[in-house]
Amino acid sequence: MDVAEKKQVRKLKKSSLLWKTFKSQKMLYAMSLPFVAWVFVFNYLPVWGWTMAFQNYIPGNPFWQQEWVGFYHFIQLFQDERFFLALRNTLAMSFLGLLFGFTIPIVFAILLNEVRHSLFKRVTQTITYLPHFVSWVVVAGIVTKMLSTDGGIINDLLVGMGILDQPYQFMAEGKWFWSIVTISDIWKEMGWNAIIFLAAIAGLDPQLYEAAKVDGASRFRQIWHITLPGIRPTILVVLILNIGHLIQIGFEKQMLLSNSLVMEYAEVLELYALNYGIGLGQFSYGTAIGIFNSVVSIFLLLLANGIFKRYSNQSVM
Amino acid sequence: MANPSDLYQTTVREKIFDVVNYLFLSIVIVITLYPFLNVLAISLNDSTDTVRGGIYIWPREFTLNNYLEILKYDNLVTGFVNSVLRTVLGTILGVFIQAMVAFTLSRTDFQGRRFVSVVIVLTMYFSGGLIPGYMLIRDLGLINSFWVYILPGLVSAFNIIIIRSFIDGLPFSLQESAKMDGANDFVIFYRIILPLCKPVLATIALFVAVGQWNSWFDTYLYNSMNDSLTTLQYELMKILDNTAMGGSQDANLMRPNDEQQVNRVSPQSIKMAITMVTVVPIIMVYPFVQRYFIQGMTLGAVKQ
Repeated sequence: MDVAEKKQVRKLKKSSLLWKTFKSQKMLYAMSLPFVAWVFVFNYLPVWGWTMAFQNYIPGNPFWQQEWVGFYHFIQLFQDERFFLALRNTLAMSFLGLLFGFTIPIVFAILLNEVRHSLFKRVTQTITYLPHFVSWVVVAGIVTKMLSTDGGIINDLLVGMGILDQPYQFMAEGKWFWSIVTISDIWKEMGWNAIIFLAAIAGLDPQLYEAAKVDGASRFRQIWHITLPGIRPTILVVLILNIGHLIQIGFEKQMLLSNSLVMEYAEVLELYALNYGIGLGQFSYGTAIGIFNSVVSIFLLLLANGIFKRYSNQSVM
Repeated sequence: MANPSDLYQTTVREKIFDVVNYLFLSIVIVITLYPFLNVLAISLNDSTDTVRGGIYIWPREFTLNNYLEILKYDNLVTGFVNSVLRTVLGTILGVFIQAMVAFTLSRTDFQGRRFVSVVIVLTMYFSGGLIPGYMLIRDLGLINSFWVYILPGLVSAFNIIIIRSFIDGLPFSLQESAKMDGANDFVIFYRIILPLCKPVLATIALFVAVGQWNSWFDTYLYNSMNDSLTTLQYELMKILDNTAMGGSQDANLMRPNDEQQVNRVSPQSIKMAITMVTVVPIIMVYPFVQRYFIQGMTLGAVKQ
């Protein structure tokens, strides 16, 4: 019994120590626990809502009175032609976004770094940040204005140079929509996304360049053999983050840039969920689309991670 | 500067590279700035004259009338007030709370650290989705309420991580000496840590403020029935609405069309004046915090 008693005492001592630290740290708890509760409500609780996808959810009825329908909504989903269009659009635009939204800022950062004139460099940088801070509402307005058939600069230029005979309705043609979204995104975010690469390039050892110059390496060779390998770790980190963002394909730009004429190319899964779920009040169907969207996102993430792992021996997750 | 490379003559190829590079970057500048200048020029041009077209970067018939005209749109004035309110309140509350949580997570002696950290960081990797999120807001009674702009995004995991990595870089001895003097943890946070975090807090404040100022979707989803809760971006969205060219069919169920019938007739110049009003506050602020956000961006990405 002696041993057991000692154990008991030690246990008590330990728990009283825990209690003591708890008491001495009560302020730290008071400063953090309320916000744990906060994210529980706003971030974790909605996941419970996924049960709606398996019910014929009727708002206002208590949970236990909802009718359970299993995978009915998912089966409906796979029979809807519009769903497959939305899936295609989602995949196409997230792929284009990853491809160009990632590479172009690197090229821009490298070219900007080659500028010797420091005022020109600073001014260019400051100007290219600007669109990042402007809302998509404004950007969509600007894009529509630039591409408009009456007085839009793009049409004026194309007609002026004789490439087009008459103004072209870019915003009304579905086949242009993906390009418009991708290019608008680049216009908005290129300067901002280059920040991190510029910082990485600035951190490279200038002696490397000196040595290369002594050896007679041209600027292209310096870029290829010093700058690019030097910022490789940064490129990988950003690629990882970008792949992580595949999950948040987003619908804001599609929603703001689209109109009924291009819906066939503009409606992404989330927009489809929004139109059905809230627009038509079909909450269960909308939730099912949302769940499918999450599944696609995770699938994309895993796929990209697999490819990435093969070529770099590093992993996102 | 005694640079040995100066001794080497730049070759013709390098010169060409430089010329092409400057040319290319200048084109980038033009493409970035032109739309803003165009919007500005149209907003300062007489609205009936604008219809004739041909305004590029300089107004033909200068006037400030378009800006005065905006004041007649009641919703725009209410929207402006609400946008300012949500930006100010959301930024102050958000930055303070995020800094406070970040502080507790930087305390390696904090028992609950792991738990708090995991619960909060996980939120970056999943989301309940649009519809369940909407149902939650509805169940919480936040529809038709100003608080829907402030509350849901208050605890941002991403921002907390950035602030935390900044606090981690501060010497811990500062906290210890304060503790010896009998200061409790909140006092340490408020009196010692907060003032030292100015650079990172400036960055986060910029992020939060821009996010608040620019958001329109929450107004559209939750408060579109209530004109007294409208925001500037939402009003702009309705006025600029791109569906104007195609007319709306059932594919566009979610677009509120009733009011647009009125707004559709608002002249080009007035639309552009409203655009300027939403853009100018941001243009005025961001160059001043530029040196901070570059620091913050780099910190955030490296520490992830």
